[in-house]
Order: sequence, then structure tokens, then C-alpha cells
Amino acid sequence: MLAATPALAADGDSTRIDWGPYKVGDVRSGYTFAGAQTRAMQDDEFQNPAFLWLERGMDIWETPAGQAGKACTDCHGDAEESMAGVAARYPIYFEDWDKLMNIEQRINWCRENQMQAEPFKWETDEMLGITAFVKHQSKGMPVDVSIEGPAHEFWEKGKAFYETRRGQLDLACTHCHVDNEGNLIRAETLSQGQANGFPTYRLKWQTVGSLHRRFRGCNKNIRAEPYGYGSDEYTNLELYVTWRGNGLPVESPSVRK
Amino acid sequence: AAATTGPATAGDSAPEYTVVDGYTIPEPLTETPGDPVMGRKWVINRKLGNCLSCHQMPIPEEQFHGETGPALYGVGDLYDAGELRLRMVDPKVLNPYSMMPAFYKTEGLHRVRTGFEGKTILNAQQVEDIIAYLMTLKDTSGARAAADN
Ligand code: HEC
Ligand code: HEC
Ligand code: HEC
Repeated sequence: MLAATPALAADGDSTRIDWGPYKVGDVRSGYTFAGAQTRAMQDDEFQNPAFLWLERGMDIWETPAGQAGKACTDCHGDAEESMAGVAARYPIYFEDWDKLMNIEQRINWCRENQMQAEPFKWETDEMLGITAFVKHQSKGMPVDVSIEGPAHEFWEKGKAFYETRRGQLDLACTHCHVDNEGNLIRAETLSQGQANGFPTYRLKWQTVGSLHRRFRGCNKNIRAEPYGYGSDEYTNLELYVTWRGNGLPVESPSVRK
Repeated sequence: AAATTGPATAGDSAPEYTVVDGYTIPEPLTETPGDPVMGRKWVINRKLGNCLSCHQMPIPEEQFHGETGPALYGVGDLYDAGELRLRMVDPKVLNPYSMMPAFYKTEGLHRVRTGFEGKTILNAQQVEDIIAYLMTLKDTSGARAAADN
């Protein structure tokens, strides 16, 4: 499991904190840029507001739904076993679609094809809850997405998105999350923009939100037209962003400012 | 002197300016001289200049000055009005890799959000007001103190 409180130690970055698993080489989780209070809130499951969504997810796991009358657990059994490590390797290349599939899309694939149930809508408490629940089963395991084989061309597209200037402010993700990591932009300390904590409880949102919601926010802040939840553009971007953080522990559900 | 003229499009806020020798826009964008008091307001305003998101400036009543760009203490001594105008209008003429937005340009942008297409971030008078304000920044002594805060 993850260290609850990072101990003080001399370290290469400008802080004196030993970030333990949250820092792998130069790759740092958003956790290491968050304030002490925010980190404490994430670490304590009684304080972490996202645990309410996890409970919701656990209910969904066990409750039959759809024409097939099945629950997730009927096919997958104990989530602690069957789902351990799954989130660490998504998004994956999904042959039937000839494109990428992330966890939210996998869950809806199961609902539609295995359960004959309506897909969950993005950003509903149901979708956030079951996504957080599935990802939480990989908590502490290192992110390890593959960009080999057919996934590679989608990684390339995500990389191009990441490096392209957009919006009236004409900024790329790189300007903030690569060139200015650790710098203040007004009152916000820029992190590397890692994906390993999603879905995340954001104090500003007062709710849990998906990685694609965060992408939309970062796009809108620079007055760029956002893409849709679950769009190919954002799923490709998700692969690139997640790959940047290979080696970081899955942290879901994290807490951020 | 080699001069390139900025894009002229239809509409009131159509950016029109002339870059001279690739480093300055000597001609003001408006007839009305810039007002430094208004300029100070525009640089703070988060929907307009929002310059404090990236720059430290001698504006002590505002908390949290950003640090992705250089501190602007003394910048009125470093450049003249024409050089500052180019830096406001289109800093990418000087540095194509710049993080700083072009505040008076509408061309060459990608996927601008609905409602902002074809619009400049600042209007011509606001640019002139900000230049007038920047020209008052002659003193570099506060910069260190701000950075130490
Ligand atoms: C103008 C600056 C800016 C740009 C450009 C920008 N972001 Fe962000 N981003 C932020 C800020 C500020 C935050 C909140 C603090 C932090 O974690 O960096 C943030 C947070 C994030 C996070 C959450 C990190 C966490 O640990 O919870 C992700 C993921 C992210 N950004 C991805 C992106 C992507 C992908 C792009 C490009 C499509 C992008 N950002 C463009 C400023 C920016
Ligand atoms: C009727 C059977 C069935 C039900 C019910 C079902 N699934 Fe699945 N699930 C599958 C099958 C089949 C796969 C694909 C396995 C494979 O290809 O390796 C799968 C794969 C997955 C995966 C990816 C596993 C991996 O290793 O890549 C996740 C995550 C998942 N399901 C979550 C859920 C959730 C959450 C629910 C309930 C909302 C659910 N499933 C309901 C049959 C089901
Ligand atoms: C998103 C970040 C960002 C914003 C917003 C921004 N700047 Fe800049 N600015 C920079 C960077 C970075 C530089 C360094 C030069 C370069 O890269 O072009 C710079 C350079 C400058 C310079 C030249 C300073 C020098 O010492 O050479 C001036 C003057 C300036 N900015 C004024 C402003 C004003 C006034 C505003 C608001 C109307 C503003 N900037 C908004 C990032 C920004």
C-alpha cells in the first residue's frame, strides 16, 4: 500500500520531501504538487469525499441490471481479484472497434453487450462511481499502458494533440505541464498533468470528475473548443497522458484542489 | 525599413498594425493616448489581460502573481512603447515558441472556442492603455522582494 505521509528527506526536486511511490524518476504524480491538507484528505478514507462514490460503485457492481438480469459480479466475481491491475493497463487497443477503449467505454461495452442495459452517461454518479470502484481495485499498482503494435498510431495522435497550440490563448498542454511544471500560474501550482488519480474529487468542482472533464476544463480555460466526453480525440489523448505517467501508482480516487 | 502589415478583416475590432523591422510597432493603434490607470485595471482583470497569471508586477494588492513569464518590474525602462506594442499585439513575431498569448491577433489560431472566434483578447484601446501603464514601470527594486515572498 501507499505511504500515508511522505517523510522528509533530501531529494532532487526543489522540495525536501521523499515522495515514495508518487515520484518515479522525473515523473511526479499531481499528489506531489498538492497541498498538505489536500494530500491528507486523499489519504484518509473517512475524509476523502470520493469514497461515497466508491460505495455507489460497489452497489452497482452487485446489482443486476438490464435485460440479461446480470450484475457485474455475476461474470467477474470478486472485484478485488478480477479487477486488480485492470485499470493500470487501460486504455487498450480494442480490435472490434479498431480503436482505443478506456475503462468508462469498457464498462458501457459490458452494459450494452453483456447485460443488455443502457450505457451510463459520462459524469453521472453511476458512471463515476463504477469507474472509481473498478480503478480503485488497482490502487498502488504501477500504471503500465502499452503503446506497442496497433495502439501506437493512436498514441501518436494523442501526442500530436498534446503538443498542438489551440484556443484564443494559443497554448499547448506542453506549455503548462512540461515547460512550467512546478511554476505558479496565478494561484495554481502547475503539475505534470498526470492521469493516475482519476476519477478525482476536485474541491473546486465539489464532486468527482473524469479525466475527460479535466481535459475539457484545460481546453476551455485557454478558450479552445473542447471535445466530447469519450471522443476519439480525448481517448487518444488519454493514452498519451497515461503513458507519460507509466510507473506511477494508480491513485484513484484522488483529491485535488 | 521593412514593414509588414497585420491582417485587416472586416469589423470594428479588425486588427490593423504595421510591424517595422521585425521588432517594433511604432504607430499607436488608436488616436486616443493610452491611460495608465485603466491599463493597470486591464492587466489585473482575469477576463482581459490576466497578465498576473504569468508575470510578477508591482501590484501588491493582488495575491498570487504567476511565474511562467519574466517579472515586469522595470520593463518600461527596458523597452520603448513601440517594442512593448509588438509584445502585446503578437509576441510570436519575436519568439515563435512563446507561451505568451497574442493579445491583438485573430489569424493563425486553432480551434478557438465558440463565441471567441475572430475576436482579439484585448481591443485596441486596452492595448494602448496597458502600454501606457507598462511605460510607468521604471523601477526594478521591488522585483526581488516580490519573488522572496
Ligand atoms: C494554461 C495552462 C494549462 C494548459 C495549457 C493545460 N493545463 Fe492542464 N492544468 C492546468 C492547471 C492550472 C491544472 C491544475 C493544477 C495542476 O494539477 O497542474 C491542470 C491540471 C491538469 C490535470 C490534472 C492533474 C491531476 O493530478 O489531477 C490534467 C490531467 C491536465 N491538466 C491535462 C492537460 C492536458 C491534456 C492539456 C492539453 C489538452 C492541458 N492540461 C493544458 C493548466 C493547464
Ligand atoms: C454477462 C457477462 C458480463 C457482465 C454482466 C459484465 N461483464 Fe465486464 N466483461 C465481460 C467480458 C466477456 C469481458 C471481456 C473479457 C476479455 O475480453 O478478456 C469483460 C471485461 C470487463 C473489463 C475489462 C477487463 C480486462 O481485463 O480488460 C472490465 C473493467 C469490466 N468488464 C467491468 C464490468 C463492469 C463494471 C460490469 C458491470 C457494470 C461488467 N463488467 C459486467 C463480461 C461481463
Ligand atoms: C500565458 C503566459 C503569459 C501571459 C498571460 C502574459 N505573458 Fe507576457 N510573457 C510571457 C513569457 C513566457 C514571456 C517571455 C518572452 C517570451 O517567451 O516571449 C513574456 C514576456 C513579456 C514581456 C517582455 C518582458 C521582457 O523582459 O522581455 C512583456 C512586456 C510582457 N510579457 C507583458 C505582458 C502583459 C502586459 C500581459 C497581459 C496583457 C502578458 N504579458 C501576459 C508569458 C505571458
